[in-house]
Amino acid sequence: MKKDVAVIGGGMTIFRRRLKETGKELSFLAAKMAMEDAGIQKDDIDMIVMGTAPDAFDGIHMKGENLLDGAAGAGKPYVRVFNGGGTGVFAPIAGWWHVASGVADVCLVVAEEKMGSCYPHPQTAFQHIWDPVLDRPLHPNLVWLFAMEMNRYMTVHGIKKEDIARVAVKNKRNAVGHPCAQLADPNITVDDVLNSEMMAWPVQRLDISPPSDGAAALLFCSEDVVRQYTDDPVWVGGVGWNIDSTMWTNRDLYFPRYVAHAAKMAYKMAGIVNPRKEIDFAEPYDPFDYKELHHMEGLLLCDKGEAPILTREGVTQRDGDMPICPSGGLLGVGNPIAATMGQKVCELYWQLAGKAGKRQIPTNPRVGVGQAWGDIMQMATVMVLKR
Amino acid sequence: MEQKKDEKVTYPKYAPGTHVSTSDIYQKNITYSWWEPEVQYAWSLGPAYSRFLEGLKEGKILGIHCHKCKRVIVPPRSFCEYCYGPTDGWIELPDTGIIETYSVSYLDPDANRIEEPILIGVIDIDGADEHHGFMHYFGEMSKDEIKIGMKVKAVWKPEDEREGSITDIKYFKPLRGGE
Repeated sequence: MKKDVAVIGGGMTIFRRRLKETGKELSFLAAKMAMEDAGIQKDDIDMIVMGTAPDAFDGIHMKGENLLDGAAGAGKPYVRVFNGGGTGVFAPIAGWWHVASGVADVCLVVAEEKMGSCYPHPQTAFQHIWDPVLDRPLHPNLVWLFAMEMNRYMTVHGIKKEDIARVAVKNKRNAVGHPCAQLADPNITVDDVLNSEMMAWPVQRLDISPPSDGAAALLFCSEDVVRQYTDDPVWVGGVGWNIDSTMWTNRDLYFPRYVAHAAKMAYKMAGIVNPRKEIDFAEPYDPFDYKELHHMEGLLLCDKGEAPILTREGVTQRDGDMPICPSGGLLGVGNPIAATMGQKVCELYWQLAGKAGKRQIPTNPRVGVGQAWGDIMQMATVMVLKR
Repeated sequence: MEQKKDEKVTYPKYAPGTHVSTSDIYQKNITYSWWEPEVQYAWSLGPAYSRFLEGLKEGKILGIHCHKCKRVIVPPRSFCEYCYGPTDGWIELPDTGIIETYSVSYLDPDANRIEEPILIGVIDIDGADEHHGFMHYFGEMSKDEIKIGMKVKAVWKPEDEREGSITDIKYFKPLRGGE
């Protein structure tokens, strides 16, 4: 019998280009905050899931084991999950199944990333994710991938760059209310984005989220014990994940069909028939501004090519009909890969619990969807939370 | 259930962590340790990639059939990831195609800034299925000229310089009328 699973606590550290604390210490800080939020001790936690992305950033192989002690994992059933940029939502999915399956009543999920350790820039480590035969001899930069996908998306739909830049402006402004944010900017304009340094056309500096250090944590709890911790739980409605072929040059990049597959899986589990009407807000993965739009379409929150129009019309603002990235997203809060769980799932919890304070969506949201994305334009992970 | 509206408290309630800068490390303002790994790899490539690279050395772009999916696939592989059967036989494809997508990059592989941009993109190879191709450089065209849908042709290295690598093609150039 599948158990209903509630979220009872969340935590996160500040996100910055470099943090002084070790990965273990960051894990400890985020996990402690989630445990304080839920009013729970280490002894009450049955199992632990660690989410952390490529070992190459930290330069520590078997990084899950290295981080174990910081995540309250010593002497406990503990597992690390990892699927690149998808990890930020896949780690909580794994936390959910630990509880839904009945093997744990309480599962702590910790997501950690330190990208600042890799010198001079984590881009150097990113070279190792490319296909060694087809891609690596061409000495690619990871930004090329996004630039090529963004160009395809813009060209197929005839989208203007200024309509994409509005996403960066919205998210960096939304991040002003986030205590952990790395790149909040209350005064940024579309012109600032359009005039920022050209990196790999059509990608400019302010289209991109920064590399970051940071950690986030969530506590999942079974319906059987949730009343010990809260009278007003936020529930996991559904989860979905899907990965497309590694052969990324053998498909049209204008639409992320694997995101749609993952979304349909999650919506089916959540009993959502019409996502546009039944979902109140979303945290799609936004490492680049166009990715928020691409992922809104993949999450079936609008038609293909419609997301830039909704953004231009203000629908996706925090006080709009479909708020998107009310946390400030990766563009505003930062992008420590796995630790973006802090924006993509912790934020759903804080919004639904009415705890988002300055970031609170004013329209009393009841259903939110979070999504992450990764690997070579392949991986989608989706989680629906509801009240 | 009515939502609790507590505007005074914003979660996360506090923001732990200590910011340090790059210069803190270079100027030794903080305690750190340093390590420079030296690791090398040689990958054996299996039948499909090996034949593909041998083809490049011969100045040919080789694709492979999946009869069940009625697909001509490039880059070739030993099995079809969709029907999950073995692929069915080699086919020589023309060394022409159209630009599926591209970028004009002012970044080198280590994210250093460069003055003269690299033109890079995906070529949808003629004779293969739609949207089937691989990544490569573009040349003999300006950054203002390049566009999605442009017809292009491979420029090969001289035969004696080819070594069985994707770089046996130097780049793809515009396919002008009459070629």
